[in-house]
Amino acid sequence: MEHIRTPKVENVRLLDRSSGQRKASIGTLYLSATHTIFVENNPETRKESWVLHSMVSSVERTPTIPAGSQVILRCKDFRVFQILVPQERDCLDVHTSLVRLSRPEKYSELYCLSFNPNVNKEERQESWSFMDLTADYKRMGLPNNLWVSTAANSEYRVCETYPSELYVPKSATPPIIVGSARFRSRGRFPALSYFHQDTLAAVCRCSQPLSGFSGRCQEDEAMLQALMRANPGSDYIYVVDTRPKLNAMANRAAGKGYENEDHYTNIKLHFIGIENIHVMRSSQQKVIDVGEMRFPSMTDFLYGLENSGWLKHIKAILDAGLFIARAVADEGVSVLVHCSDGWDRTAQACSVASILLDPYYRTIRGLMVLIERDWVSFGHKFSHRYGHLDGDPKEVSPVIDQFVECVWQLSEQFPCAFEFNERFLVAIHTHIYSCQYGTFLGNCQKERRDMRLGERTHSVWPELWKERAQYTNPLYRAEQSQSQGVLRPNTTPYCFKMWKGLYNHAEKSTPPRQSPADFLSTVREESQQLEEELANQQEVPPGGTPHHHLGFRQEDSSPDRGANHVGGGSEEED
Amino acid sequence: MEFSEYIKTANVEDVVLRQPLHPPGRGTLCITGHHLLFSDREEGSCRQVLLLLRNIDAIEKSVENLLTCSGLFSNAGLSQRLSGSSGTITIKCKDLRVLQLDIPGMEECLNIARSIETLSCLDSMSELYPFFYRPSNASLWDQWGLLSLERHYSQMKELHDRWRLSTVNRDFSVCPSYPQAVIVPKSTDDDMLEKVAKFRQGGRFPVLCYYHKKNGMVIMRSSQPLTGANRKRCREDEQLLQAVIDGSDKGYIIDTRSSQQALQARMTGGGLESKSCYSSWKRLQRQMERGKALQESLIKLVEACRDESNNMDRWLSKLENSKWLSHVQTALSTAGLLAECVERDGHSVLVHGSEGTDSTLLISTLAQLIMDPSCRTLEGFLTLLEREWVQAGHPFQQRCAHSAHSHARLQQESPVFLLLLDCVWQLWRQFPLALGFSEALLLRLATEAYASDYGTFLGNNQQERCTLGVKENTHCLFQALLRPRERDCYSNPLYEHTELAIWPSVHPQSLQLWRGFFLRWTPQTHHLEEAQEEIRNMVIEWGKLALSSCPAST
Repeated sequence: MEHIRTPKVENVRLLDRSSGQRKASIGTLYLSATHTIFVENNPETRKESWVLHSMVSSVERTPTIPAGSQVILRCKDFRVFQILVPQERDCLDVHTSLVRLSRPEKYSELYCLSFNPNVNKEERQESWSFMDLTADYKRMGLPNNLWVSTAANSEYRVCETYPSELYVPKSATPPIIVGSARFRSRGRFPALSYFHQDTLAAVCRCSQPLSGFSGRCQEDEAMLQALMRANPGSDYIYVVDTRPKLNAMANRAAGKGYENEDHYTNIKLHFIGIENIHVMRSSQQKVIDVGEMRFPSMTDFLYGLENSGWLKHIKAILDAGLFIARAVADEGVSVLVHCSDGWDRTAQACSVASILLDPYYRTIRGLMVLIERDWVSFGHKFSHRYGHLDGDPKEVSPVIDQFVECVWQLSEQFPCAFEFNERFLVAIHTHIYSCQYGTFLGNCQKERRDMRLGERTHSVWPELWKERAQYTNPLYRAEQSQSQGVLRPNTTPYCFKMWKGLYNHAEKSTPPRQSPADFLSTVREESQQLEEELANQQEVPPGGTPHHHLGFRQEDSSPDRGANHVGGGSEEED
Repeated sequence: MEFSEYIKTANVEDVVLRQPLHPPGRGTLCITGHHLLFSDREEGSCRQVLLLLRNIDAIEKSVENLLTCSGLFSNAGLSQRLSGSSGTITIKCKDLRVLQLDIPGMEECLNIARSIETLSCLDSMSELYPFFYRPSNASLWDQWGLLSLERHYSQMKELHDRWRLSTVNRDFSVCPSYPQAVIVPKSTDDDMLEKVAKFRQGGRFPVLCYYHKKNGMVIMRSSQPLTGANRKRCREDEQLLQAVIDGSDKGYIIDTRSSQQALQARMTGGGLESKSCYSSWKRLQRQMERGKALQESLIKLVEACRDESNNMDRWLSKLENSKWLSHVQTALSTAGLLAECVERDGHSVLVHGSEGTDSTLLISTLAQLIMDPSCRTLEGFLTLLEREWVQAGHPFQQRCAHSAHSHARLQQESPVFLLLLDCVWQLWRQFPLALGFSEALLLRLATEAYASDYGTFLGNNQQERCTLGVKENTHCLFQALLRPRERDCYSNPLYEHTELAIWPSVHPQSLQLWRGFFLRWTPQTHHLEEAQEEIRNMVIEWGKLALSSCPAST
């Protein structure tokens, strides 16, 4: 509270271009400990806009004009609010307060630690048990006679940034694990990410070896042997280094690098060439700038898009996932994936591979599980990457944004293959940044445990699950061919496009705004209702049949289709 | 048939056909006066591929010695001829499909190639396939066309006060590219029209093309005035336009050329309406690409879609460089401007470029789709196309002679109609519930405009069609598209009538490459088609349930 210089300013003009607003609305601005709140003066609507302080990525003050001074709030979900304050003094206060409020210094300042939805302690605990990774490993058929759960990392003794529960080949003894961990950057030894039951091949992940130019480690070599032997169908494994080969080579000078094929028998090294977090950060900024252009020509836009390099990076990540998925599903060969530390590009490549390999991860619950496993549990540095606290700006990078976008690009290519819709992806993206829930706080499992987040915050997953009706893709059918088996996307450049729904809120079509998805969801819901009604042989409720508000269709359908209706209907009734 | 002289080899056995989305097949190839017929001889399949020769844009042939070539089936060793040679013909179609034929025997291959080259671009229109097409489910006595201008006029009661139907062009002598009947202001008599026609390029005097019922404002279209270098005037032309405004304060002229282009046109006898002579009209210049530039844009785009370098930067820069999407953007925003003048500002508008047969029709059609709900049904849209493109004299024969693959020297080719379909697709994508027809219809029309069994797009104008006896001797595409089975496939299951105007967004992010057309022969498109199919099924299923749950209503 001490950071709020002025809690309330009247006669403020707010312009929210992102929601298609063209004229500023007048109202009162409030600053609370957690939110900036704007309440419209218009007595009929009294519309409220709430912006969480942790969603603000930058606060900018523009030079004073006669009508007042302006503050521009840029948010992490790419929304932009322009606030015009009549008095320069007030504006200065608002600006100073927001600059401080949007850059919390301690976790305790974050919203999730004060956010108190109306639930009791038991319910909160239950909210954390919603997500059960052991169940997911079980679903993959683990443990089995090839892969077992290891206790090596209980209490995070071997690797601080890894989860305590990990799966390794049965033949990987604790000495091998510990030895391998010593030879891997930050102790991130090879562990299982996904096991493909059909081919018995696995996707494993780790960090780069500390090989330098000539270093080797017996245990690490034994570890990779064990990975290979855990797949009876193949006599080699792929080692996928997701970095550009040049970067990997440069790392050797620093005593790191990549596996020497002379020392490891039966590995095939493959470089993918995903750029590092610094390249991605500046690339995303360029895409945001493209999205913010007011009246660009087609040339400006396409040039800006090309120049940002963003889609090129998205394609590289999808290509990495596709390479892994093909190796596992088509060749039946296990893959070990790493980059430098094994928590950014590795997480991207592994999780994309899982989405392609297993239809389960294309469901609402499955995607949550996947993010929990490959990102949250495996120590992706959420708080650093997404700037939860005021810190080193060079640590910030849109790593998971890119994964979420890969999923979106896939869903554009396979409209019937995913149970969730774009809204779900955007909601996940928002919550990764919002700090409203404890799920994405901190940088690894150990940190979250030490902060006792399970007792002090809530989990986001059950909240999203409760809202699943609005996140459901009406075209999804589990039994359909597109939804089953391995997804084989085309990654030719023309298959990619800019994700308008995330980056550009500026251009929304004017009414009648039309969403076929909403329409189809209604259709689907009603069909289910009707089916149930028919099954129960209940009377149609008097007055209004439930389909009446969509009833135009009956007048409109052609006569022969009408005949179909009748035919189909009488069958149902029999 | 005299075609036989062009066919030296009519049948070849053991031909291998490779086509997108299908495994290669081996079978017999036949060539007839109008078709290429391939029948698969593989066991268990009896696939036939029938390709209209007119659909072939370009072919490439290569002949090689079989001894050094190891084709797909060479292991089978079934068909190697003693001559020891074979050839390959790559066929590039106007619908952007690319097929490949491996033909045993060099001579046969060259004969087939020669026949294709000749027969795919016959000059004489009366020899084209529509004059031979006789489907069993239709008769030449069936109604031809959807709505004549006479009937259109008589149905539009609100027109009758101020507008009349003129048959001054009944023998096509006043304007060869206009239909026999046109709608003009009541106060202008036929003598005046004849004079005005002499003042407009190609005789295309201003005629009514759209009446906005909400406010009585209209869209007129014409060609450029022939003012020339010495700024000739034509009183009758000025009077005609004054009669269009009739009492309201002003009207707009949307000229689809840049100011400079319009001024330059004076040097060659054309020109523009000067402020001093047309004081109640405000001219807006909006440059739209036409002719050769548009054709080159299409060629570049299709080439970019075929690029297999798999390089994102290169793709985006080629896409930008083709300028196709810029043309889509310009067309939609100019049409939006036109609709805004009429619907929001409440003023009448005259549209023209130079000839008034291309970009003029493009934006008047799009503006009508934006404003008028009755054009957005399947039938309404086809009627609109019939009126604004077929009857209004878009020179289909010249514009669609070749598509993106042809190496022939370009003459009058220009994909204006394709650009229209692309723009309509953008509308359809932005307003998925507002249009009564499906993407499949747009794709079908894109194919039919270039090569068709039907007579609808034959010739360049009504006069040519009359001379050829198109009405009497061919079948009508629009009628065929409205038959019950076709109607099912070409209607939009999500369609919901709305009275509101549908204002498209022309922001570059809102405009997309029309994958359904440009990437039609790739597997992606197949996944998208599946989704459309799913939507159709869902809505049908829902309709069935709704009906069976309330039997009382039937």
